[in-house]
Amino acid sequence: MSILIDKDTRVICQGFTGRQGTFHSEQAIAYGTNLVGGVTPGKGGQSHLGRPVFDTVHAAVAATGADASMIYVPAAFAADAILEAADAGIGLVVCITEGIPVLDMLRVKAALAGTETLLIGPNCPGIITPGACKIGIMPGSIHRPGRVGIVSRSGTLTYEAVFQTTEIGLGQSTCIGIGGDPIQGLDFVDCLARFEADPDTDGVLLVGEIGGGAEEAAAAFIAERMEKPVVAYVAGVTAPPGKRMGHAGAIVSGGRGTAEGKYAALAAAGVTVVRSPAEMGACMAERLAGRPGPRAA
Amino acid sequence: MNLHEHQSKQLLAEHGVAVPRGVTVAALDEVPSALATLGGARWVVKAQVHAGGRGKAGGVVLAESPQRVREAAARLLGERLVTHQSGPAGLPVTRLLIEETTAIARELYLAVLVDREARQVAFMASAAGGMDIEEVAASTPERILLARVAPAMGLQPWHGRRLGYGLGLDPEQIRALQDLLGRLYRLFLESDAALIEINPLVVTEAGALVALDAKIVLDDNALYRHPALLALRDASQEDAREAEARAHDLNYISLDGNIGCMVNGAGLAMATMDLVKLHGGAPANFLDVGGGTTAERVAEAFKLILSDPKVEAVLVNIFGGIVRCDLIAAGIMQAVREVHLAVPVVVRLEGTNAAAGLEMLAASDLPIITAASLSEAADKVVAAARETAGEGR
Repeated sequence: MSILIDKDTRVICQGFTGRQGTFHSEQAIAYGTNLVGGVTPGKGGQSHLGRPVFDTVHAAVAATGADASMIYVPAAFAADAILEAADAGIGLVVCITEGIPVLDMLRVKAALAGTETLLIGPNCPGIITPGACKIGIMPGSIHRPGRVGIVSRSGTLTYEAVFQTTEIGLGQSTCIGIGGDPIQGLDFVDCLARFEADPDTDGVLLVGEIGGGAEEAAAAFIAERMEKPVVAYVAGVTAPPGKRMGHAGAIVSGGRGTAEGKYAALAAAGVTVVRSPAEMGACMAERLAGRPGPRAA
Repeated sequence: MNLHEHQSKQLLAEHGVAVPRGVTVAALDEVPSALATLGGARWVVKAQVHAGGRGKAGGVVLAESPQRVREAAARLLGERLVTHQSGPAGLPVTRLLIEETTAIARELYLAVLVDREARQVAFMASAAGGMDIEEVAASTPERILLARVAPAMGLQPWHGRRLGYGLGLDPEQIRALQDLLGRLYRLFLESDAALIEINPLVVTEAGALVALDAKIVLDDNALYRHPALLALRDASQEDAREAEARAHDLNYISLDGNIGCMVNGAGLAMATMDLVKLHGGAPANFLDVGGGTTAERVAEAFKLILSDPKVEAVLVNIFGGIVRCDLIAAGIMQAVREVHLAVPVVVRLEGTNAAAGLEMLAASDLPIITAASLSEAADKVVAAARETAGEGR
């Protein structure tokens, strides 16, 4: 098992026939994702990558029974795309697009509050359940089915964490990149709660970064609600205050959102914190060693 | 993107917010006509730079005669102003704002921003106006008032009451504040602002609310739909290397160390900086070359890193996902040849075709040191930087 997606998840792509949408849909299909079609307004009725194209998400859902969508439309159209998917009843919307204005996301977030739709992203690598379903831009080849849940605010740093857990033989149950924007869909706590409830996840690797209070909120949740071991790395110890480090959210401002503050909160919650990004996998393996998981039975 | 004070005040005035009358000058010979336009006998001369702390740095001058205005203008124009926020090199002063003086009864603080945790636009106010608000927030948080706006409802009268009574304003001033909040909220939404800060917002002796200073920061991601605002960009206020990086779609930030870093992805770039530090080195920069790493971008990134004379070694850390590592290796080799590299380069490649990429680098006759793991790469680059520094002595 896994969280949020598995081999039965029926996925559509919004922005299907665009360059990004085409490339990553091909990759998803090659990985084995059950990609049932795509949406490009004005190209409804055509076929692309051997899958049907629809003008609207509503038409795609009616014809394919899709329950997840991956969005590769430009930033100016992304808020519209997310809201269309939500209205069409898509349960999981994964928005890869980066550079969405923050006020757009503020309105989207408020609009989604009254729906059943879960959003991952934007500005994220997506979500993957190794060997079953890949929704996003991550390289499928570095993943291996296993028992570590990974949740991260970053892209390539997530790949680093994945690679290390694969190399050391642990593998992953599900990996989620929640994205680097200040206003986003699922946060650390949403993902941690699901990993805690997932019988096939033995431990969680949390990859945070400077800015905001998401890691502190995760620490509070872990202290109160989690039994499973959590290992955490936080990027940006050396980042100077007031400078935005690439991600829209990665900024230390007014003494808040520092890596040291986050490390302290996580350590106080019983999380094993790792100071070197080279040691994430090894640390996870150590923490899981000697813990009889379902695999040992 | 940051706006200058005079640009911010222009936007405020267009939205009906009271600001002192003022005129900008870019040259000394513009001063007389500016003073004639303003009239009066006392003026405030304000250097226009993208940094706070101008007053303490001598960038804000109260002048009691035309001669004093001229003197202040002669001293400031064309010079660099160093404040505690500008960095040691300071920022160039190419324009001054000359304003009429204001009779001040009280100084307040008012800002509009996005409260990311609450996911709402929020007003922040304090009776401790004119001070460093981050210091106020840290030492006396009870003096900060917050009123958040529900996106679906917009601004409500209670926002004005909450802040107005909290600031100790009288009923007439509270009505004026409610009006002001409405104008600021509209400006915030219409301009896709990230921050509108008025510090101080003054209550004049006549009881009116006037924005004595103003700072607006715009959401970079939304500039595509505000061409008129984008035209207000002042590149002279930005780090030259950072501006050059943006032109090449690279994300670069100068730091103080001696180890240049080239990484794909913002998170991995920060992690690489941390790793360098952990292994006893100091990063010279943050540089994210982005996802679609091509030979051309790698070459531009190398040029950028090496334009910093502090750099004594370079660490390249690329996690090739969709992009194959052998292609990245070819790009690195091409770039190293093009830029006639004088400092050692340590390369760590991981991901698709990593082994092939590393083999290509190792087999080349270029001064490239390869590393099989993250930790090894950090150790090697720190050692290489020490060697370069030693040779220099």
